[in-house]
Amino acid sequence: MDTPTSPTRLPRRKVLQWFAAAAAIDLTDLPSFAQSASATTGYGTDPDLTKVYSPGDVWSLTLSDPERKTTVALADLIFPADEFGPAASELHLVDFIDEWVSAPYPNQQRDRDVVLPGLQWLDEESNSRFQKPFSRLDEAQRTAICDDLCAERPATPDLAKGARFFERFKAICSGGYYSTPEGWAAIGYVGNVASGIFTGPPQEVLDQLGLEQTVKDG
Amino acid sequence: MPTIPISKAKPEYDVAIVGSGAGGGQMAYTLTLAGLKCVMLEAGRSYDPMTETAMFQTGAQAPLGGSSTPDKDFGFFDATIDGGWDVPNEPYTQASDKPEEQFKWWRARMMGGRTNHWGRISLRNGPYDFKPYSRDGLGFDWPVDYDTVEPYYTKVERLIGVYGSNEGLENTPDSPEGVLQPPPKGRVGDLMTQKAGKKIGVPVVPIHRAVLTKPLDGPTLAAKLHPDNKKAQKIVARSMIQRAPCFWATDCGRGCSIKANYQSTTVHLPPALETGNLDIIANAHAREILMGKDGKAKGVLFIDKISGKEERVKAKAVVLAASSGETVRILLNSKGGEGVANSSGLVGKYIMDTVGSNLKGQIPALENIPPHNDDGAGGSHFYSPWWEYGAQKAGRLDFARGYHIEIGGTRKMPRGTSPVPGDYTKGLYGTKLKEEARRYYGSFVGLACRGEMIPNEGSFAELDPDVKDKWGIPVMKWHWKWSDHELNMAAHAQDKFTELIEAMGGTALPNPKKPGAKSILQGGEIIHEVGGALMGHDPAKSVCNEWNQTWDVDNLFLCDGSPFPSNADKNPTLTIMALAWRAADHIIEEARKGNL
Repeated sequence: MDTPTSPTRLPRRKVLQWFAAAAAIDLTDLPSFAQSASATTGYGTDPDLTKVYSPGDVWSLTLSDPERKTTVALADLIFPADEFGPAASELHLVDFIDEWVSAPYPNQQRDRDVVLPGLQWLDEESNSRFQKPFSRLDEAQRTAICDDLCAERPATPDLAKGARFFERFKAICSGGYYSTPEGWAAIGYVGNVASGIFTGPPQEVLDQLGLEQTVKDG
Repeated sequence: MPTIPISKAKPEYDVAIVGSGAGGGQMAYTLTLAGLKCVMLEAGRSYDPMTETAMFQTGAQAPLGGSSTPDKDFGFFDATIDGGWDVPNEPYTQASDKPEEQFKWWRARMMGGRTNHWGRISLRNGPYDFKPYSRDGLGFDWPVDYDTVEPYYTKVERLIGVYGSNEGLENTPDSPEGVLQPPPKGRVGDLMTQKAGKKIGVPVVPIHRAVLTKPLDGPTLAAKLHPDNKKAQKIVARSMIQRAPCFWATDCGRGCSIKANYQSTTVHLPPALETGNLDIIANAHAREILMGKDGKAKGVLFIDKISGKEERVKAKAVVLAASSGETVRILLNSKGGEGVANSSGLVGKYIMDTVGSNLKGQIPALENIPPHNDDGAGGSHFYSPWWEYGAQKAGRLDFARGYHIEIGGTRKMPRGTSPVPGDYTKGLYGTKLKEEARRYYGSFVGLACRGEMIPNEGSFAELDPDVKDKWGIPVMKWHWKWSDHELNMAAHAQDKFTELIEAMGGTALPNPKKPGAKSILQGGEIIHEVGGALMGHDPAKSVCNEWNQTWDVDNLFLCDGSPFPSNADKNPTLTIMALAWRAADHIIEEARKGNL
C-alpha cells in the first residue's frame, strides 16, 4: 500500500528562527500552541466513521476573533467567487482552517506555528502600510500586499518569510476548498456516485489523448 | 459480527484459531463448513462492515477533510480501526536507531484484521516463485510447488471473486477458464502507461483484484467448492447471493458495505458463523499456546482486554493466524518464554516485506482533459507483471528477483490536502490559482514498485528482554537489513519509471524520498510481512511442514504469512488463503481419521 505523503512543512525550529529574527516581534508575545490550544487528544483510533462531522465537534476551535477575520479575508482573496465556484467564505473555510490549526496532531501543530504568527504578521504589515488590519483593507490594498508576497523574488527577507506563510496557508485552504462538492466542481473531480457500469474514459478523452480502450466489453 | 464472552465458551473445541483475517478467516470457513467446532480469538473489537463503513462520505464531512493523521494513517475513512504502525498500549522496539535498519510493524486490531482495508490485489505465485532457490541459489524453496497449490488458488478465487484477465505471461499464471470475473475498463492513467509501456517493452495488463464486477452465481459456485456437502452448498450460496457487484464508487480501503470486495468480515466469517460451529471471542489478546505434558497444544491463554484478566480456551488443535510478527511473538512467549515449535531455533528468523519504491510523473497531455469519472473499482485496474525473467537469467541485471508495477491515476476525490502539489501553483491566488489547479489536477501518474525481497539473516524479530505491553507481555524487537538485491531493484525501478513517464511525454517529479536505491521504502511500509516460521522439508531447517503444521507440535498450525519461505512480488494474501484452505483440508482429514 502506498503511504500518504505530507506536503512539505516548515520545521518549527525554522519558524521560530524566522520570527526571532524579525525585530518588530517579541518572541514571548507569540501565541504558542501550549498556551492557546485546548486540544490534547485527537479523534482516537476508533472514531465513528459514518457520522457527519463539523469543525469543533472533536476538538475546540481556537482562533481568536481577529485571527478569524484575517483568515476570512485572506481565504477569500485566495478563493474568490468566480466562474469556477463560490468564495471561501461561502463554504465556511475559516472553520476548516480553524479546525486544522487547532488539531492536536504533529503536522497540524507545525502548521499552527506557521499560520498564527503569519496572520499576526499580515495584520502588522497591513497596519504599517495602511493603518488598518488586513480584514478592513479594500481589495486593492489586500492585493498590493499579496502581490508582493507572490513576487518571484520578494523584495525583502521579511516579505520572503511572509511568502512562505502565504503558500502554506494557501495549501491548507486548497485542502479544505477542494474537499467540498463545490470544490470538486471547481477542480473537475467527477465521481462518488453509484453506477451499474463503468465505461472508462469517454471517447472524446481517448481521442484527445490518442488512446484506445484495450479492455473490451465481455 | 456476533461474538461470545469467554463465560459462554464451550469447555473444549476441535480447533482454536488466533486471528480473524485472511488466514484465520479461511481456516474458520473451511473447518466449520466441514463440521468442526471452532473458537476464534480476535485481539480487537468486533466490527460490522454493513453499518460501519464510510461508503460515500466526503472529505468535507470528516475532521481535517479526511486527511491522514497518526490516529488514522491512511486517512479518516480507512476501514482500519484500532490499528496502524503505532497501536496504543502495544509497543515494539528496534535493535537499531537507523531507519533503514528498522521495521515498521502495522497491526490492525479489529475483526477481520488487515483484510478490511487491504488493496485487494490477488496475484498467484507462479511456478518459479515456489522454487526460487533452485532457480538462482538464493533463499529457500517451498516444500510445495505450483501444481500442488493451484487447485486451492482456484477455490479461493471462486469463493472471494477476483477480476482480471489471463495473459499467458511467464511465471504469471492464468486461472482456469471462467474463474476470473471480467476486468474493469482501463482508466486514463492505465491506458497512458500501457501505451508508454509498449514503446519501451514493459507489458501493462489488467491486474487481478478481489472485487466483484458481476454478481456471483452462488448455487453453481458453491456446488463446485463443496461438491459433497449439501449444507455447505446452501450456506455458501446464500452468502454469495448477498454480495453485490461493485457500483464503481468509493475506495476499497474504506471496506465495502455491499460486500463487493473481499474482506474476511463479509466473505469468510458470515458463512462460518451460519454453520453454528464458530464462536468468536473479541478483545482477546493471545499470549501463549497452552502446552500439555504430551507435547501437544491444548489451547490458548489470552488476556480479555475488557476485564484485563487471563483466560483460556481449550482445543484439540491450535491455528495461529495472527500475522508473522504476532504469530512469532506468541510462539516465543509460550511456555513462560521458553518458546514452542522452535527446536530449529528459527522462529522469528527470515522475516520479509515487499520492496517498495514509488515515483510520480507530471504528464502535460493530461492537463485540462475533460472532467470525467475515474473512480473505477476503488483500486488498481492495470499493472505490469515482472517482465525481465530473460534478462535476469542471462545475468544482465544486478538483482535476482522481480517486481511488478502498480499504476495510480490522480483524478481522485480530494480529501483534506491540496490535490495539486504546491509547486504548480506557487505565487498564484484568486481565479488564476483555480484555473491552474484545474489544469494540473489529474495530470499526474504514480508508479509503484512492489518487488521480491530475498530472506536474509539480518531481518528477524525476537522478544525484547525488557519491554512489555500494557498486559505485561514481552514485545517484539525488530532487526532489519536490505541486501543489494533489494536496493538495486529499487534503483532499477526508479530508472524504469522515469523511462515510462518520459515515454508518456511527461516529467518525473523529484522523488519525495531519495533517488535510486535510496528510494526504497522502510521495511514494513508495504505491510506484506511474511516469514518468521518458514515451511520446509527438513525439521532442522524449518519450523513447519508443507501443511503449515509445526514439526515440533503436530496439532499446531501456522496459517498466516509466517510460513512463507520467500516473498514473491505477488501480494501475499491470495497465497495465505490458498495455503490455509489446504491446511484446513489436512486438519479435516486428520480429524476424520481420529488423529486430532
